Amino acid sequence: MEKKGWGKLITETVKQQLIQIVGCENYDDSKAGRLVYSYDATPQFQSLPDAVIAPRNTKEVADIVKICNEHRIPIVPRGSGTNLCAGTCPVEGGVVLIFKHMNKILEIDEENLTVTVQPGVITLDLIKAVEEKGLFYPPDPSSMKISTIGGNINENSGGLRGLKYGVTRDYVMALEVVLANGEVIRTGGKLAKDVAGYDFTRLFVGSEGTLGIITEATLKLIPLPETKQTMLALYQDLEAAARSVSKIIANKIIPTTLEFLDQPTLEVVEDYARIGLPTDVKAVLLIEQDGPHEVVERDMKRIAEICQEEEATVQIARSEAEADALRTARRSALSALARLKPTTILEDATVPRSEIAKMVKAINEIAAKYHVKICTFGHAGDGNLHPTCPTDVRDRDEMERVEKAFEEIFAKAIELGGTITGEHGVGAMKAPYLEWKLGKAGIEAMKAVKQALDPNGIMNPGKIFAKSERKRVVVTR
Amino acid sequence: MITAKERAAIQQQFQANMNEDELMNCMRCGFCLPTCPTYIESGLQESHSPRGRIALMKAVVDGLIEPDEDVERSLNMCLGCRACEPVCPSGVRYGHLLEEARDIIAQNKRYPFLVRIIRKIVFNGLFPRQDRLRLLTSLIGFYQRSGLRTLVQRLGLLKLLPRHLAMMEHILPEVPTWKEMNDRPKQLTPHGIKKRRVAFFTGCLMDTMFMKTNDATMKLLQLAGCEVVIPSNQVCCGALHGHGGEKKQAKELAKRNIEAFEQLDVDYIITNAGGCGAFLVEYDHLLKDDDWAERAKAFARKIKDISEVLVELNFHQTKLKVKPQVVTYQDSCHLRNVMKVANAPRLLLQAIEGAEFREMKDADRCCGSAGIYNIVEPEMSMQILDYKMTQAKQTKATTIVTANPGCLLQMKLGIEREGLAGQVRAVHIVEFLLEAAVESGLLEEREKPMNESVRKTS
Ligand SMILES: Cc1cc2nc3c(=O)[nH]c(=O)nc-3n(C[C@H](O)[C@H](O)[C@H](O)COP(=O)(O)OP(=O)(O)OC[C@H]3O[C@@H](n4cnc5c(N)ncnc54)[C@H](O)[C@@H]3O)c2cc1C
Ligand code: SF4
Ligand code: SF4
Repeated sequence: MEKKGWGKLITETVKQQLIQIVGCENYDDSKAGRLVYSYDATPQFQSLPDAVIAPRNTKEVADIVKICNEHRIPIVPRGSGTNLCAGTCPVEGGVVLIFKHMNKILEIDEENLTVTVQPGVITLDLIKAVEEKGLFYPPDPSSMKISTIGGNINENSGGLRGLKYGVTRDYVMALEVVLANGEVIRTGGKLAKDVAGYDFTRLFVGSEGTLGIITEATLKLIPLPETKQTMLALYQDLEAAARSVSKIIANKIIPTTLEFLDQPTLEVVEDYARIGLPTDVKAVLLIEQDGPHEVVERDMKRIAEICQEEEATVQIARSEAEADALRTARRSALSALARLKPTTILEDATVPRSEIAKMVKAINEIAAKYHVKICTFGHAGDGNLHPTCPTDVRDRDEMERVEKAFEEIFAKAIELGGTITGEHGVGAMKAPYLEWKLGKAGIEAMKAVKQALDPNGIMNPGKIFAKSERKRVVVTR
Repeated sequence: MITAKERAAIQQQFQANMNEDELMNCMRCGFCLPTCPTYIESGLQESHSPRGRIALMKAVVDGLIEPDEDVERSLNMCLGCRACEPVCPSGVRYGHLLEEARDIIAQNKRYPFLVRIIRKIVFNGLFPRQDRLRLLTSLIGFYQRSGLRTLVQRLGLLKLLPRHLAMMEHILPEVPTWKEMNDRPKQLTPHGIKKRRVAFFTGCLMDTMFMKTNDATMKLLQLAGCEVVIPSNQVCCGALHGHGGEKKQAKELAKRNIEAFEQLDVDYIITNAGGCGAFLVEYDHLLKDDDWAERAKAFARKIKDISEVLVELNFHQTKLKVKPQVVTYQDSCHLRNVMKVANAPRLLLQAIEGAEFREMKDADRCCGSAGIYNIVEPEMSMQILDYKMTQAKQTKATTIVTANPGCLLQMKLGIEREGLAGQVRAVHIVEFLLEAAVESGLLEEREKPMNESVRKTS
């Protein structure tokens, strides 16, 4: 566990200056107040900030940043702290910026099909608001009922609908960003086409708060699909399920959702949700298709056939309520797995879709080899799996084996042409081995960008770029 | 104030007694945040959220921080409504963590003199003693009936109290007399064929201040075909003690109740107050490290809420009728989140002819009553209540139904605050059901089976 941040980074004078900007009710440096912003959803990371500040508008953000830049005080922008890469853990102390006041939907533009929001808006609230107008914002990370748009943009989050509709990146059209020097810039616009200069919008998407602070975003919307169907395919053979995934896509069908859950995951999810999920099968695929009625009918029929060819039994959800229960159950998978053991180590390995069966097989073999329990679920259609290990940090011996197993899983993913993280980001957790994926030159190029935009290194330091390459994959010592 | 010495003692006991596995079980996903009333009403402060509170408790155990005023503040602000539990995919039993933490703080903290006296009177002198509660209730009765109340009101003495306390005086039910309270039934026979044999947990406040509700409950049980036994040696459930950091007392009361009920050979032990029921149903947890563990388990298994048993006995399929009115239902947090009863009351209400049931938004969110929370944390409590009333008004309901006395009083308070007295009423579900039974003729028919048959034959 990393514990830091007790140092006095903020002098009394600076504190008074900051309070001048936001008012004392929005500046908290009490111990309890700082402690509750010392963590995110990543296990084994905790570190106290020196203060927590809640700005009310862009101007206040800019003023805070200027002061921090002048005094070299780290800034950690934070949404709801649900990221899984220690992205908001203030590993070097400093100020945590929260957006509880900046959480308004500013405009839903029905003519240009865009929505403009402040960073603190909760993803699900946004989705609901636009759906009321017959519009659709597809990116739906499992954490959407609490995650914020600011967090989604900075992690470039994916979701259950990613296969057909893409990830957050594909919907960000324009941003307002406060740079590390306190300047405010606007990137992009409500334009279908725009090639004036570098694509800064894309640069900031997925930047994990290391380049600037997003204070406003304009997102693309699409018309709400007419209908939707939901199906569950049940398998007695794990790899057959994984094979079906590749086959469906090879058959030129792109379903909205193609999610995979193995038996141990099904068991815990059912234990929590109690909706009658099958727990006597080895794996299920949760499959959805949306669009015009005829297309949905046709695709679902074909998908069912493909699954049956792989010896699956299929069940179609009879109502929207039933379909929704299935989706909600899937979304609870990670947290539900946490009930098994005190520590839950989750990974985010991603491979090309065609390799998903090989990856599933490898994960199981590796788990057996090291005698560790690994439950697997994930966005199979995206080739994005979450092998998850319920364990206990206090069990040193087991933790060693977990470490080895995950190291091997990573190596395998890269060997299959994959990546170390598909959607959870690098943060502090994966910083030490980003180089595996990018190579030395890749890292150098990224550092050059960082250096140019944040020369003093105040924006979320300790994330993405490691101070030194650390050998360990999941276990910090 | 917590002194340095108290802090050290609290910290040491946190380390010794808090369930570390349960604390570690929280994976900090934040899924519970949108359901926590204090997180929402505090303007999204993490320190007033379940995830934040768990992190604080864990940090005290880990020695990362001391249990200072801010930590205590965060725990005090919690309603204990346990809305964070059913939504937690990891299955963190937050309520148990909170109870343990509060117990440790209360046992190690020296409260100011006055608070100490009050705690002693309430926890030791009053609630374990049904006779004294009766006496107190009679005093209230005397106040209400003797003309003293009119005098107090006329003199404007209530204005001396904070606004919400003054209103509370107003909303207390018309309490029974000393004689009525001492003349309670011990056994009741079913109307018609006997379908179940049940015991009735009367509760301490329920059997004094809210005696009418208890009477209605027993009547409904009879109507539904239950033989009812009411052991007179039962005592207060201990919830107030358990939630107030007096766990030892709570355990004593639990044992007395287990003794009072375990020999009765009944199908169920029926409760009509979500707050009591939820505490009774967790006696197994309360006594888990005790010799009594097995007996506690057997007791807890039998606990059943009145709505559930009524639905089980198909009471909602009998003819029930009221005058046309719009009805909404406010969940009792503990009934819903701990006893997991949410459907049965709604089924019953929907079955009543003339009652148009309209679900209010966030009916499952706490009303801010939360035991004595509305007295100790009035500001937050009233803020939560105002939200609740806004939602209730949206439904245009003239009858707000609840399933717990605390919630009932809070809804009445809400009605007063909104100036809706006379237009909107709040009732306990059993009283509403009884009203429907009377209105539909069910009660008279059944109560006078002899007369009926005599009339028919003649
Ligand atoms: C149970 C569970 C399920 C999940 N499921 C998914 C999933 O299906 N798909 C997926 O992709 N992820 C998933 N996640 C990960 C996580 O929820 C997402 O990364 C989410 O987008 C984070 O949102 P947040 O508001 O919590 O952001 P935070 O965790 O607070 O922050 C995330 C990053 O964004 C930065 N940031 C936040 N706001 C700003 C801002 N205004 N300006 C600049 N930087 C900012 C932070 O510094 C940090 O680097 C899941 C997490 C959990 C716990
Ligand atoms: S939902 Fe459960 S696991 Fe998630 S933060 Fe809340 S208590 Fe912790
Ligand atoms: S018990 Fe209620 S008030 Fe307390 S943390 Fe849980 S949801 Fe919030």
